[in-house]
Amino acid sequence: MIAMHELAVTESILEIALRHAAAQNATRITDLYLVIGQWSSIVDDSVQFYWDTLSDGTIAKGATLHFERIPTELLCLDCGKTYQPDSRDLLCPDCHSTRLKVLKGEEFRLDSIEIET
Amino acid sequence: MPQNIPVVEKILSANDKLAQENLARIDAAGIFAINIMASPGAGKTSLIERTVRALSPKYRIGMINGDIATSLDADRAAAAGAVAVQINTGGNCHLDAVQLQSALDQLDLSSLDLLIVENIGNLICPAEFKLGTHKNVIVASIPEGDDKPHKYPSMYRGADVLILNKIDLLPYVPFRMEFFSQGVAALNPGVTQFNLSCTTGEGLDAWLGWIDGQIKK
Ligand SMILES: Nc1nc2c(ncn2[C@@H]2O[C@H](COP(=O)(O)OP(=O)(O)OP(=O)(O)O)[C@@H](O)[C@H]2O)c(=O)[nH]1
Ligand SMILES: [Mg+2]
Ligand SMILES: [Zn+2]
Repeated sequence: MIAMHELAVTESILEIALRHAAAQNATRITDLYLVIGQWSSIVDDSVQFYWDTLSDGTIAKGATLHFERIPTELLCLDCGKTYQPDSRDLLCPDCHSTRLKVLKGEEFRLDSIEIET
Repeated sequence: MPQNIPVVEKILSANDKLAQENLARIDAAGIFAINIMASPGAGKTSLIERTVRALSPKYRIGMINGDIATSLDADRAAAAGAVAVQINTGGNCHLDAVQLQSALDQLDLSSLDLLIVENIGNLICPAEFKLGTHKNVIVASIPEGDDKPHKYPSMYRGADVLILNKIDLLPYVPFRMEFFSQGVAALNPGVTQFNLSCTTGEGLDAWLGWIDGQIKK
């Protein structure tokens, strides 16, 4: 189930990287820097697996994928505490409020690529 | 010469863009469209059957289903009075905008008022892939347990409407309504919620009234 999801994600990553590299007339893509929040449902190993197949025959072949994993960070709108939710629930650990703002954890982007021209 | 170039692009931007094109098509046809997401067995098809039965005398309804192996759910929707399209998802864990696009191609959009998409039973992936519908509807159900919002935050974050189904089972299954509601409030304070039972029909009228109010007259 999960693996098909990463296939779509990996295709998308490759498409974005190739498009930006072409705009710079790059001859090779050597590194990709991905920023993935904890609440985004992707598995690094599966992306790497698909990457090796999909990038074959493109200028991104053999490029290294760097995953920056961002832990979820919530802000309590009642007491101002910033915290990472534990595995039991999402509530503010200090005042048990449910009035929260998600500060980090939903990132899902390609930040930059390293190319050779 | 190696050089680092900034990209800063959302990974699913291509899907998002196609979803916008789908939405434009749906809008041009004057259709109201919803994307129903839930874990397997929460009651997506039951809700669709109930909705189609109640509204098909008044509206022309299309249903798109992305079941992995069978057309059972599409058949159920068709029996209830919808024009149903089954899309082959090849074992995928979610529907995406490409699949919705090909399903739209199979429907006569100008003849529809309401379009209901039943996403694949999965609480994790579908939330990341926009389709191009107006509203995301998530169906939770009593037997799944009260901790689901806390455990599957991304799904609850993206919902416009939350259906809590199978309330007829409340007397038989431990379910802390307060704990469930705390998770929902934390993730999605503005969400429109309907508690109902597709089996007994309790609470259905409020949901049907909501849909009726959204359909373009
Ligand atoms: N007790 C009770 N059972 C329900 C209710 N709604 C649905 N069910 C039952 O739950 C089971 C699953 O319902 P479906 O509507 O097929 O669920 P689904 O989400 O479409 O399932 P998949 O498409 O397989 O993921 C069926 O046996 C239904 O009869 C309800 O309100 N109360
Ligand atoms: Mg179903
Ligand atoms: Zn607090």
